[in-house]
Amino acid sequence: MDGILEKRKKQIHRTDEAKFDMECGKASLAGSVSQRACVFCGSRVVLYPITDALHLIHGPIGCASYTWDIRGATSSGRQLHRMSFCTDLTEKEVIYGGEKKLYKSLCTLIDKYKPAAAFVYATCIVGIIGDDMEAVCRKVEKEKGIRVLPVMSEGFKGTKKDGYKAACDAISELVGTGDTSGISKHSINILGDFNIAGETDIIRSYYERMGVEVVATITGDGRIDDICKAHGATLNVVQCSGSMTHLAKEMQAKYGIPYVRVSYVGIEDTSAALYDVAEKLGSEEIMEKTRELVAAEVAKIYPELLEIKKDLEGKRAAVYTGGAFKAFSLVRSLRTIGMIAAVVGSQTGNKEDYEQLRELCDPGTILVDDTNPVELSKFMQEQNIDIFIGGVKERPLAFKLGAGFCDHNHERKIPLGGFEGMVAFAKEVHASVMSPVWQFARKNKG
Amino acid sequence: MLLRHTTKEIKPRSALTINPAKTCQPIGAMYAALGIHGCLPHSHGSQGCCAYHRSALTRHYKEPVMAATSSFTEGSSVFGGQANMLQAINNIFTVYDPEVIAIHTTCLSETIGDDLSQMKKKAFDDGIIPEGKEIIFCNTPSYVGAHPNGFSNMVKGMVDGLCEPSDDKLRTVNIIPGWVEPSDMREIKRYCAEMGVEIIMFPDTSGILDTPQTGKRDFYPKGGCTVAELREAGSSQATIAMGPTCSGAAARSLDVKCKVTPEIIELPIGLSATDKFINTLRKVAGVAVPESVTDERGRLVDLITDMHQYFYGKRVALYGDPDQLVSLAQFIVDLDMIPAYIVTGTPGKKLLKRLKAVLGDKYNEDNIAIGQQADMFLMHQWIKNNPVDLMIGNTYGKYISRDENIPLLRHGFPIYDRIGHSYFPTVGYAGAIRLCEKMLDIFMSKQDNESPEEKFELVL
Repeated sequence: MDGILEKRKKQIHRTDEAKFDMECGKASLAGSVSQRACVFCGSRVVLYPITDALHLIHGPIGCASYTWDIRGATSSGRQLHRMSFCTDLTEKEVIYGGEKKLYKSLCTLIDKYKPAAAFVYATCIVGIIGDDMEAVCRKVEKEKGIRVLPVMSEGFKGTKKDGYKAACDAISELVGTGDTSGISKHSINILGDFNIAGETDIIRSYYERMGVEVVATITGDGRIDDICKAHGATLNVVQCSGSMTHLAKEMQAKYGIPYVRVSYVGIEDTSAALYDVAEKLGSEEIMEKTRELVAAEVAKIYPELLEIKKDLEGKRAAVYTGGAFKAFSLVRSLRTIGMIAAVVGSQTGNKEDYEQLRELCDPGTILVDDTNPVELSKFMQEQNIDIFIGGVKERPLAFKLGAGFCDHNHERKIPLGGFEGMVAFAKEVHASVMSPVWQFARKNKG
Repeated sequence: MLLRHTTKEIKPRSALTINPAKTCQPIGAMYAALGIHGCLPHSHGSQGCCAYHRSALTRHYKEPVMAATSSFTEGSSVFGGQANMLQAINNIFTVYDPEVIAIHTTCLSETIGDDLSQMKKKAFDDGIIPEGKEIIFCNTPSYVGAHPNGFSNMVKGMVDGLCEPSDDKLRTVNIIPGWVEPSDMREIKRYCAEMGVEIIMFPDTSGILDTPQTGKRDFYPKGGCTVAELREAGSSQATIAMGPTCSGAAARSLDVKCKVTPEIIELPIGLSATDKFINTLRKVAGVAVPESVTDERGRLVDLITDMHQYFYGKRVALYGDPDQLVSLAQFIVDLDMIPAYIVTGTPGKKLLKRLKAVLGDKYNEDNIAIGQQADMFLMHQWIKNNPVDLMIGNTYGKYISRDENIPLLRHGFPIYDRIGHSYFPTVGYAGAIRLCEKMLDIFMSKQDNESPEEKFELVL
């Protein structure tokens, strides 16, 4: 098998080919071994890091089991988000409806845990049996006096991206309901960082050192109260554009809060993010502190990066991410340590993203949208890849083919964002590429 | 205190599951299907189901896990999934070229009423199933039963879809190993070879989910039961089905369809259950038990006699899947330990009878929870009220283990945070020795770490 479906050929492109018209944002072909997930998954990963909220999954047990504490989103406070709550629908409810069970479950949980708010996630089955989740949520909201937000995340209603949107819709129900008095005009919300391995904490500390007030972190180490007053911030700073641009746009329309798209992956992008924010806030004092911060942080890590670069010069990487924006940053980060991104792909990139990637990448790079393991193995062999940077499903694939691996998804155990994250990333890549195991393991020669 | 939200006071719950001790059917069907050589499992539902199952299996086995999905959209949910299914079948045979596609449903396709047998017929009539290729299927509604039932349904699907009746019976014995690790399946095959019994094992995930690093990636690794073997299983003289929950239905179906006598036994984990397996194999195949096997048993018994004072009276909490629980509970009793709590989210009251049979006078229904609301939260509450010395179960016990300072021996599915299960079996006598070693390591380390200086001893 040559591994590429005829219909998929327009979702694959080489940067040295002339014609360029990437097809993306398409539903995966039925029958392909897609690496993508569903609407519910999108909503769940976005809202999960809100640590003082109740997260109740209305559906059969699987959807709850598979999302129980799988994302290392750390909390500086409550750990309620790490519990798995599910209505655990059975045949009886599928036939007669699950509203009663949902109502009871919600009441039990709210009485027991006194959460700051509750999110109720719809799964495929809820969409089919027609439970009026919104009505149940309204009822409980009235009775219990906390916000109970339905997240309309039926799995089949689109792609993971639609799940992000459903999550944003739920969040924007909260924004605008809190008291904004006392918030500085030099204030921001951090959008689209999920505090994996404590990354939000790092980013927040940068802003604080710059003299910028962080109103809400949405959603990494998130708190309901902060989100409610997020409209008091002067600027929205959006990472992971795929998940949060929707919310940023809505807040712009509703509250006139402008937003900037940033990334905290790599030296260049992290510095650019901080400068951008300083500039948008229009304070020379903040700008000055930002310069100091960037200079100090870069000086701290640069010698070590140069040392690591010596070994990695010319090594070749494959990058496969959820959103495309992270892929840009990874291509640049790899360049910082002398490496070439020879395969670059994303699950949810759009046309402009891929055009930008084409500009950014070296000639001969393979760009791919919504790929599958067969294609990935083929590209890895063709491009003689030394390390794969991706998520859980790609890890064993890389190892079997004799390439290293760095998790840049939910399962990373060390923070890879910010300046110290860049060093951690470089070290991790170095350790895997240079591992002595590759003397013994056979390499991916097709 | 990760689970500081667990309260000691136990209030009856009627509607809610907290920290489940189960997951849904389709993942079991996917795991079973991977035990056929050249098989691509196919999930008929939304993309997320397939992605979650693949991720979960990958985390447990540390192997690439291939499976396709029908990628349901809003349209297919309204108009039925047939168009997606036919397109999927066509794409799969064109691109991935499997010997067999093993289709399972999801809650979504079940509820909208998709009829898999009708779809298979349509695919056949449309000529999109290439000559010599096969499609098997089973129904796995996520809102009925739990993951072991999905496994059972797919194994039955193998029988219904592939096994062929024959009047000329072969000497072979079918082994349905149940939901155990690839290492366990390999070990069961070793015992059969030691005993000189020719077998057909299905499913068989050894060589598929424990593959060596070769620098190449075979989309279909070399292990697994072949389609030809599955067809021939209908000619075997008997079937030994291990674990009634996961393997019973297939064995019975094979009896009805092909007149192959079923012997349904508990999983051969621990001393008594392995005795039962060896004896059943001996009787069914008409062979003698070789010295090598009795010696192995002797070594296990020797270990237990040497160390029995360390086991005596220890309280053990067991949680996980019915088949594992029954055999482990029996082993715990064999070792003179106390099966303090037994919890499974997988519904089915038959388990009580099975537990009664192996536990005898140690049986206490008050310490057993089955089905809805039988979850890790409840077990944690029980433990808070009356602690145990050891927990045996999957990775999800680690929160309780940490909070209550109770050692956890990882066993069952899933294990996301340790290795070993892929390499070392826990079935058979050698597997029982390994379980003993792990338990003793835990008890003795604890003694070493926690005993006061004057009681700290060189020789244990």
